[in-house]
Amino acid sequence: MTTTHAPDALPAQYTLDHLDHLESEAIHIFREVAGEFERPVILFSGGKDSVVMVHLALKAFAPAALPFALLHVDTGHNFPEVLDYRDATVERLGVRLVVAHVQDYIDDGRLRERPDGTRNPLQTVPLLDAIEAGKFDAVFGGGRRDEEKARAKERVFSLRDSFGAWDPRRQRPELWDLYNGKHAPGEHVRVFPLSNWTELDVWRYIEREGIALPDLYYAHEREVFARDGMWLSAGEWGGPKETETVETRQVRYRTVGDMSCTGAVDSEATDVAGVILELAASRLTERGATRADDRMSEAAMEDRKKQGYF
Amino acid sequence: MATTATTATTQEATTQEAQTPVTSAVQDSPVPTRRHDLLRLATAGSVDDGKSTLVGRLLYDTKSVLADQLDAVERVSRERGLDAADLALLTDGLRAEREQGITIDVAYRYFSTATRSYVLADTPGHVQYTRNMVTGASTAELALILIDARHGVVEQTRRHLAVTGLLGVRHVAVAVNKMDLVDWSQQRFDEIVAEFARHATRFGIEDVAAVPVSALFGDNVVDRSDRAGWYTGPTLLEHLESVPVGTDPSAQPLRMPVQYVIRPQSADHPDYRGYAGRLASGVVRPGDVVTVLPGGGRTTVAGIDRARADGSLEALEVAFAPQSVVLRLSDDIDVSRGDLIASADEPSLSTRSVAGTVAVLSERPLRQRDRVLLRVGTRTVRALVDDIVDQLDIATMEHRAAPDGLALNAIGRVRLRLADDVAIDDYRALRRTGAFLLIDEADGSTLAAGMADAPDRNAGEGI
Repeated sequence: MTTTHAPDALPAQYTLDHLDHLESEAIHIFREVAGEFERPVILFSGGKDSVVMVHLALKAFAPAALPFALLHVDTGHNFPEVLDYRDATVERLGVRLVVAHVQDYIDDGRLRERPDGTRNPLQTVPLLDAIEAGKFDAVFGGGRRDEEKARAKERVFSLRDSFGAWDPRRQRPELWDLYNGKHAPGEHVRVFPLSNWTELDVWRYIEREGIALPDLYYAHEREVFARDGMWLSAGEWGGPKETETVETRQVRYRTVGDMSCTGAVDSEATDVAGVILELAASRLTERGATRADDRMSEAAMEDRKKQGYF
Repeated sequence: MATTATTATTQEATTQEAQTPVTSAVQDSPVPTRRHDLLRLATAGSVDDGKSTLVGRLLYDTKSVLADQLDAVERVSRERGLDAADLALLTDGLRAEREQGITIDVAYRYFSTATRSYVLADTPGHVQYTRNMVTGASTAELALILIDARHGVVEQTRRHLAVTGLLGVRHVAVAVNKMDLVDWSQQRFDEIVAEFARHATRFGIEDVAAVPVSALFGDNVVDRSDRAGWYTGPTLLEHLESVPVGTDPSAQPLRMPVQYVIRPQSADHPDYRGYAGRLASGVVRPGDVVTVLPGGGRTTVAGIDRARADGSLEALEVAFAPQSVVLRLSDDIDVSRGDLIASADEPSLSTRSVAGTVAVLSERPLRQRDRVLLRVGTRTVRALVDDIVDQLDIATMEHRAAPDGLALNAIGRVRLRLADDVAIDDYRALRRTGAFLLIDEADGSTLAAGMADAPDRNAGEGI
């Protein structure tokens, strides 16, 4: 064995724990975008990742106000609690919120409802239209590389063409912390400040910072029914079918996307500490446990990203 | 590797220290403890060395793979007629990679133990993807290099070592893989390690550790193997747990590229003016004398602010790399994005002439007289490629002429003339402020990654 360590353990007063590292890196990314782009916007759904993003962005520019607007793509199947939370947050921060409605596109025939009722894949067109209409040149997303294999390949600054498409073979190499935001008119850059965070990091940070989330993230009684091995919430979007039985269970959500494809998990965790313990013991990934749309094929995420999805 | 013959006492101490947390980390649930540090590492291996399998094994044996991911891997492995789950499928994320059975692009993986979180840059081993290895190594503190025990040190291994050395990665861990295929021969292991050590020394890498493993069967990756009784060192994970992370900020001069000027102009803060940035190196305290480069104005730090969770400001007594903070300065001098706040005692050099080593990342070759953009810190200036000095053959470490310029994946030395001053450091001394990018002015693509030489204090005028 040939170990020869350099004697360079850090003095204790200059050490950062991993959450400090992740926070510092994310704040750096927000400031780079503010410095390099004309019209950035933060995708904000009221979900935990986007809530953490906004929290970090506020820290990046304090004591000045957030220099970005928020953008939400409303599938029309969102949880009412999450929309309430979204509106309360916007009110509290005094920021501008742009909402793109999938329902508008279905109503005027530009998009067609899918046979399985899920609207998640339908978000891409309203998103791209909103980016174009708002002339947004940088769009922050809460995507993390630990979520999915295709996401693991995503850059922090991810250049998209005028169709919003991601080409994994033509990504810019990203070195040190020198992020290259150069882009042609019509192109935009998707920016992922939480790239290096895991689901557990996000929750540890929520605990440390005392960040409030929609109640849905904590265990509560809810009417649900089983479909494809997940607990789906009864609602006006087309569930349950006649063959599916509704029962009341104590559940919580790990993600809060479109109601038609976001499943709840059985849970006893009524607070952040409980969630962290539960996650540490969980044998399922966030997406595997709760996202039906990612199960469609082995390359479901990669294919949707190539079409402009986040 | 200078002291290859470490004493038995030291080895045992290292092993035992490292062993305790690892064992508990893997058996218990992986809830991070409060003080939990971060190690960034990059992998490198030749094609078919079993790198994806090793990374898959590291994730699997640290319980970082969850049931649904494993189910998917088992299902696909069965569909392909394999007997056991192919752990390489955990990491090959893109369609083309699965189709070709190779890793094309750098991917980032995450795993953690009770004491440490890991960000692993999983980089492909093909010659034509040298740029990806450069990318992965740029942020890594440790390079994990794979060697196939049957083939030993090959040209690719030397290439990996060269890139590791050039990029200034301080620690190297060698996994001598497929030891089961050489009957766990100690003699074979020792031969490989000795040859590896010779090359590492040549590339200026001081800290090297070697572990005999079988990624396929999981020997000595996370769990100790009883198939190589002669090996008394740590498993690969035990070694990763014990490598010191970070650089002592107090041992380096202050550098903070200014990212953004914060001017709220609000009722609460009518006159606030703060310079936001992330410390690239060093330590800063209120009262410190600093210089703002490239202009060279001197002032003192009036205060250091950081936002609290409730939006109020916290005044810090000290800040250090790599913290993101806001500095307030005593004098009303002109400071904007692209400037560098540096220690007045040991400032960077402001120059219009940069020499350094570049790795070409783009299909477009880099040629003499090319006009490009140079990005260092937060500053971007126009630049002219004055000279392609030479190209480095990283198999032989020989420098040769490069009359046709540097093609994709080539590494060579260049001299650049700049249209404006930049503040830059010697990459070997200060990685963050000695690193630069060359960018295509027309389409914005990243052409090359650069590592500056010690700046020339007698450089001539700019373009």
